Amino acid sequence: MSLEKNILVKLNNVGIQQNEKWLVKGVSLEVEKGKIVTLIGPNGSGKSTTAKIALGIYKNIEGNVEKFTNNVGYVPQKISIDWTLPLRVKDFMVLTDNIKDELIDEALSLTGVIHLKEKNLGNLSGGEFQRVLLARAISKKPELLVLDEPVQGVDFTGEIALYELIKKISEKLNCGILLISHDLHTVMSATDHVVCLNGHVCCSGSPKDVARNNEYKALFGEQASQTLSVYEHKHDHEHSIDGKIKKN
Amino acid sequence: MFDDFFIRALVAGIGIAFVTGPLGCFVVWRRLSYFGDTLAHSALLGVTIAYTLDFNIAVAIFITSSIIALILVKLERKTNLPGDALLGLLAHSSLAVGLVVIGFLTFIRFDIMGLLFGDILAVTTDDLLIIWIGGAIILLVLKLIWKPLFASTVNYELAEAEGLKPDRAKAIFTILIAAIIAISIKMVGLLLITGLLIIPTAMARNISDNPQKMVIFSIIGGLLSVFLGLFSSLEFNTPSGPSIVAAALILFIISLFKIKQTIQLKN
Repeated sequence: MSLEKNILVKLNNVGIQQNEKWLVKGVSLEVEKGKIVTLIGPNGSGKSTTAKIALGIYKNIEGNVEKFTNNVGYVPQKISIDWTLPLRVKDFMVLTDNIKDELIDEALSLTGVIHLKEKNLGNLSGGEFQRVLLARAISKKPELLVLDEPVQGVDFTGEIALYELIKKISEKLNCGILLISHDLHTVMSATDHVVCLNGHVCCSGSPKDVARNNEYKALFGEQASQTLSVYEHKHDHEHSIDGKIKKN
Repeated sequence: MFDDFFIRALVAGIGIAFVTGPLGCFVVWRRLSYFGDTLAHSALLGVTIAYTLDFNIAVAIFITSSIIALILVKLERKTNLPGDALLGLLAHSSLAVGLVVIGFLTFIRFDIMGLLFGDILAVTTDDLLIIWIGGAIILLVLKLIWKPLFASTVNYELAEAEGLKPDRAKAIFTILIAAIIAISIKMVGLLLITGLLIIPTAMARNISDNPQKMVIFSIIGGLLSVFLGLFSSLEFNTPSGPSIVAAALILFIISLFKIKQTIQLKN
């Protein structure tokens, strides 16, 4: 069935507890080939945690994850690299896979940082490092790409260009993308499926249907709905500040 | 020209330096200096077991150090004590227990100084075989786990997410550290073996801008330290371990001038 439906990874009712508190609970979603699934939600809603569960980084989880590919590219939200280890951009590019030099150059050119290839990672700016991270993840031509806030710290024009690049990559490589963002406005036009998280799945669906929604237009204006489609929706419950669910 | 024992010590030292170079890089990168120290301290216990049961010293040390590493992993999970406290606990208690046991073994004459600081007179032809065959195996295994170990040293989650099995690489690496301690203890001594792992690597860090260079300079640094240390040990009749580590320190100090130059060039 997985072959028919082109599913790359499927989360079945997964959750994880830490210090007797649920970080996320009851999340089900699937990423298919050539599709972009976006996780949205406030800070601390479990977006990164869900991505890490999908990647298999967390082991002691509830529910189960079915993964149908091992060719994965990951851009983590936070990455701290210890500078006792001298590392150039080109060393970093082959970190998890032996990638040919042409492919490294191609990926670095696509994200606009080919000139930094010989530089030491420690000397890059935040935005430059983010572009290198993205280049590394796409250079191995993955089947599944997990991008956790991939454009943080990138300048505004760069941000739009990188989102366009991400869309292009999903088409060209026909890979599935699990994207995390809190930046609704720039991402939504490229997304096939949206999952709204707040400790659990509040709701999920296609953004395009909702963009034509009259309520949405009233909320964001006619122009906004033409240029950018935003996933607008209603919840049947509210959250208090600590994330607990208050039923309406 | 030289006595046989000195040639043996030299051949042993060269073999050890080839292994401590790359292993030392990972010890420094992964911040495992005190972990190495703890395993080395526990080696004394291995030595006493070897003497009591008339067993090969290197094998006995390898087994005790691996057990201590396992105990550490268990304690880390079971207690709320920080890692450095657990390391101190295991290092000193295993050293103490080892020394107490030696006190009981009055029927054997121990060269404690030799165990603690190394003794070039003690290296036998059998030891050479153990060092070179053991060293070759260590390097081969390290080469096999290089990718996942290196990737998870840079970032654990990236390595895990992209399917490299970093936990397995880490466990194997721990065994490799126990192994290098086991094969080099006679030469360098258990108090100073971590010095040979760390100081040439620290020197290499000062003069390298990428990981491959750092590994190569670390090996070269180790080889130079062994040569300088052993010749001075022969010349001045000093214990071999401290002489080798002191030579490594001199190389490290020289490498500091290189940093100063690069900083000046940058400005």
